[in-house]
Amino acid sequence: MDIEPRRWLPLIGLAALAAVPLIAALTDDPYLVTIFTRVVILALAAASLDFILGYGAMVSLGHAAFLGIGAYTVGILAHHHQSGAPLLEAVPWLTGTNAALISLPLAIAVAALCALLIGALSLRTRALHFIMITLAFAQMFFFLFIAMARYGGGDGMVMWQRNTLPLINTGDSVQFYYLCLAFLAGSVFLLRRIVAARFGRVLRGAAENERRMAALGFPVFRYRLAAFTLAGAIGGLAGALMANLETFVSPSLLHWSQSGELMVMVILGGLGSIYGPVLGATLFIMLEETLAAWTEHWMIILGPILILVVLYARRGLFGWLTWRRHG
Amino acid sequence: MLLFLEQLLNGLQFGVMLFLLAAGLTLIFGIMGLINLAHGSLYMVGAFVCATVVAYTGSFLLAVVAGAAAAGLAGLVIESTIMRRLYDRGHLDQVLATFGLILFFNEAVRMIWGPRPLNVDIPTWLSGSVELFPGGGYPVYRLAIIVIGLAIALAMWWLVQRTRLGMLIRAGAADREMVAALGVDTRVLFAGVFVLGAMLAGLGGALAGPIFTVGVGMGENILILTFVVIVVGGIGSIRGALVGALLVGVVDTLGRAYLPTLLRWVTDPASADGIGAGLASMLVYILMAAVLIWRPRGLLPAHGH
Repeated sequence: MDIEPRRWLPLIGLAALAAVPLIAALTDDPYLVTIFTRVVILALAAASLDFILGYGAMVSLGHAAFLGIGAYTVGILAHHHQSGAPLLEAVPWLTGTNAALISLPLAIAVAALCALLIGALSLRTRALHFIMITLAFAQMFFFLFIAMARYGGGDGMVMWQRNTLPLINTGDSVQFYYLCLAFLAGSVFLLRRIVAARFGRVLRGAAENERRMAALGFPVFRYRLAAFTLAGAIGGLAGALMANLETFVSPSLLHWSQSGELMVMVILGGLGSIYGPVLGATLFIMLEETLAAWTEHWMIILGPILILVVLYARRGLFGWLTWRRHG
Repeated sequence: MLLFLEQLLNGLQFGVMLFLLAAGLTLIFGIMGLINLAHGSLYMVGAFVCATVVAYTGSFLLAVVAGAAAAGLAGLVIESTIMRRLYDRGHLDQVLATFGLILFFNEAVRMIWGPRPLNVDIPTWLSGSVELFPGGGYPVYRLAIIVIGLAIALAMWWLVQRTRLGMLIRAGAADREMVAALGVDTRVLFAGVFVLGAMLAGLGGALAGPIFTVGVGMGENILILTFVVIVVGGIGSIRGALVGALLVGVVDTLGRAYLPTLLRWVTDPASADGIGAGLASMLVYILMAAVLIWRPRGLLPAHGH
């Protein structure tokens, strides 16, 4: 049973991701580290989406909202740190900060709080309504950030530097990459533990037959809300890291097509495995980079690939790699 | 007051435009259970084909017909190759596959027509304005859109409520399996409804040309609003689509026109304009969230859903 790919594949994936800076150094291609930092951050967001999508069957078309909320939390704190102006004029001692130890937890907390509110309202609805109300909330935040002229409006705002951490130099691309990778590995480990535990089983049971789970005495709504909130929190973390990677925050982070792309990563990699979306994010960015180098019209190839995957290869890459005939 | 009436008419005009998309989308979802994100792409196809035909022939009427026909044809092709396989799939598959279609259509249009947006002139026989109320002129073209839109709404109501085909459509919205069990060829019915919806979307795109710019991505902006419309109005019902479309059109237009001015009462002009514009963009989504919390099935849902 030791040769079961489901067990060793994630470890190989982690080793491969850990080796990226080495490969970049050997091939003298520092851009590779930047690309893969993007991959790792998007993988984090996609894995959190898979948690509610693959296990809870909550088809949220607004997950990029949390990416944006996390990024803007970091961006706004940095903006006030740069200008020295207090966050609220009424509270002069409350200033911005550039310390990651404050910015990142705050970004996670704000995203979690927003997810709790959005979830509490959205999870009353089902099916198409749920898809549309999550999209609607994401659009609200999109236009909210566009309206905030103080923070760059539609153009976004530039951070002068990345958030600072003791011991780690976040300005160094390799050290920052490993930081992001550590967050990804930690989050994936956490999510895998949760879906394997009773919580995950209740979530899956409710996706399959809600009435039965309710009849068994499980407060399905609360389980779903907790899952939605956790996914939002991790999405916020991904957004905070993305803001740091680009040292730039703009509303395009929560454009609705970003939510769509996160969904695409989940399905390319394989739904309901947490590991799959990591593969999916890698595949998506690789496709984007290779096809974009080949033709500027790479979307015309990606679109049909996506349709074919949905129609004929539902298990996704991870599912395909780990699939074995039963019996 | 005059300005208010004009804005109200603008809202009405935007509303009937939304109705042209919403009617097809709501029937497609109501009957086939399909979430079609690519519906906006058909609208875009209609607009681009219309703009091209106008440029070559100079006949706006011909161009509008061509736009609707091209969208219908595109609808027929994607229905028979892709959509048909998605009817029995889950919502996630439908969202993803039609998202793939959006990427394809946007890029195809960019390759054929280039990245720059096109402009369509209002035909001379529809240009100018009429005096609807003393001292208040209103553009003939916008008025024509309102009339056409309402006429189509009436025709759709007649089709759905008074004809045999409409009876099948309503029956399909209520219970798809039962209709098939009664011996109706649902493949033809579904394809017909899809193509009808596609043609209406194409017509909307063609008519939108002279008002909005014709560009890649125009479909998604209006598509998201169209989804708001059908969710607010109640899925699967033409009546709901009309009420939802007019409501969303008027709320959006009036919000954009008056929110910045209203906010000047409470804050300084510069931030009032900024916040007002942002709040106006958010208004329809707030409306939708409120409707869903108050009446989760929308204002006028179809029966049996």
